[in-house]
Amino acid sequence: MADLTALRFKNRLFYVLLAAGGLVALAGLYAVHMMESHGHIITGMNNQIVWGMPHVFAIFLIVAASGVLNVASIGSVFGKSIYKARAPLASLLSIAMLAGGLTVLMLDLGRPDRVIVAATNYNPTSVFAWNVLLYSGMFTLVALYLWTMMERRMNPWSKPAGLAVFAWRFILTTGTGLIFAFLTARQAYGSAILPPMFIVLSFAWGLAVFHVVQKVIYTWNEKTLDPAILQRTRNLLGVFVIGALYMVATYHLTNLYFAHRTGFEHFILVDGGIYPNLFWWGYVVFGNLVPLLLIYFPGLGKSTCVLVASLLVILGAFVLLYVFIIGGQAYPLDIFPGYQVSSTFGDGQIAIYHPSIYEFLLGFGGLAIAFIITTVSVRVLNFMPNDKPYIPD
Amino acid sequence: MSDTDAQRRQFLKTSLGAAAVAIAPGMLLFETARGNTEAASSKVRWGMLIDTAQCTQGCNDCVTACNKENGLSGGTAPTDSQWIRKIDLKDISSGHELSLPMMCQHCAEPPCVDVCPTAASFKRADGIVLVDRHRCIGCRYCMMACPYKARSFVHEPLTDQKPDVPRGKGTVESCTLCVQRIDKGQQPACAEACKNKAILFGNLNDENSEIAKKVRSVVSVQVRADLQLNTGIRYQGL
Repeated sequence: MADLTALRFKNRLFYVLLAAGGLVALAGLYAVHMMESHGHIITGMNNQIVWGMPHVFAIFLIVAASGVLNVASIGSVFGKSIYKARAPLASLLSIAMLAGGLTVLMLDLGRPDRVIVAATNYNPTSVFAWNVLLYSGMFTLVALYLWTMMERRMNPWSKPAGLAVFAWRFILTTGTGLIFAFLTARQAYGSAILPPMFIVLSFAWGLAVFHVVQKVIYTWNEKTLDPAILQRTRNLLGVFVIGALYMVATYHLTNLYFAHRTGFEHFILVDGGIYPNLFWWGYVVFGNLVPLLLIYFPGLGKSTCVLVASLLVILGAFVLLYVFIIGGQAYPLDIFPGYQVSSTFGDGQIAIYHPSIYEFLLGFGGLAIAFIITTVSVRVLNFMPNDKPYIPD
Repeated sequence: MSDTDAQRRQFLKTSLGAAAVAIAPGMLLFETARGNTEAASSKVRWGMLIDTAQCTQGCNDCVTACNKENGLSGGTAPTDSQWIRKIDLKDISSGHELSLPMMCQHCAEPPCVDVCPTAASFKRADGIVLVDRHRCIGCRYCMMACPYKARSFVHEPLTDQKPDVPRGKGTVESCTLCVQRIDKGQQPACAEACKNKAILFGNLNDENSEIAKKVRSVVSVQVRADLQLNTGIRYQGL
């Protein structure tokens, strides 16, 4: 009888979660409707800050979607059984986040109704156009990979499919980094270090998302994660966080080395108002140092500590992307080096940006889509990590 | 040849003749309606030479003329479209001040065209860089890529548009070099409006044109020449 009550509670919880996710997604749809009716004038974006809050959400989701596959890759490519058991969940999260991120990206277009044009008119020199192929290829490959893992007859194909996904996600995240790396005229971007930086960031962000979802699934199923498994994946998160911090530090040090970019670095790291504060406090302290403390400090590192550390890493990711995308545009473009510049179009001035509620709603709508896909999928199919001794290493 | 065959041939001849008579007026009307269909020629490279010594600080005639010609509101809020703007410059080391108009530089190697996913940003054979508003999806990647901040995004619905200058909410736009005037043999509105003759417009490829002669005889620079974009707009005295 007690079991039945628990089941009813779980059922009700599922529908409540679904309704909550649906409401947030609907709010996102409302934001899209408003942006469509009034134009981008109701957002905080303008002709100086052309990519705003929706891009922060979209790029987080896309980068994390690629990074979460790291769990699957360690299983498939390197044959580690505890990661192999988590590969289906990692793949599901990848598809869910990619769907959420792309939805935000598409609906933030000035003319989302013309998205078919992007599929029928293809400019081979555009990194965005490459990404259309990379994203759709990723969906297909990860779906195939899931099939090889979850359909017993297809199991022998799991390793080659895993290898293909492993290679594809590296190329995909390289593509995301290249969107910025090829913008040579802007002081914030135009650096070959950006693609590898995004790849390392994706490892940390993807694994952090994985930790959060895994914790929820274990709680939902009233199970406890084996402490030995938690320790291994927790340590991996720590290593990825250190790696990500190293790459971000290298990116800023590289910029500082170029004489003509020191002005921008000074702006982002020292006197740019909200941006240095967000960078040092939001990203470095709360997004990296505190999580590292929670992971490695003796006596800490338990399940809840890892959950909080993961949530902080995700928060840090949003903060870093905000500083990178918005701060990078806020700093004036250096069109006339050696001159003091002024005009009616914001030349020589720090651009102002206040994200509007519609941008947040759209972004949260994307998160809600990822949430709904994950919640429904883990209920209808068995995505629970299955740690059994017979899984070969 | 049998009688039947002859009749068939005669029938076909008559039918073709009748069809030609029926279609001809329509074809004539079609040709008339299409107007001048001559394609832009790669033998031409339209450009401008801007003499900063002649450009007066505070004078906004070129901006006003552009707004009027292209149906822009003339607003200067961060969300308003500005196809051309006056920039005031002060040399940090010498204190020397100057003023100049800034617009799309109509690069020979335009970064906006490179990054546009749908090829909505394109360069005509005569060097004019344009946006196909029917193809633009409003991704704003071209705005991120433009080193001259020359592009604007249409943030609001538009009314009272000029028939010759199609614009649209949710798409990106920039200086077209007044392509609608150039194709009629006229000068861009800004060049025509400049009282001080600071803007010299013409064909850079025609060695006998006034602009080509002047570019040969005076020192002119391209803005951000280090990017090697080979701009169609050159500045003298910068």
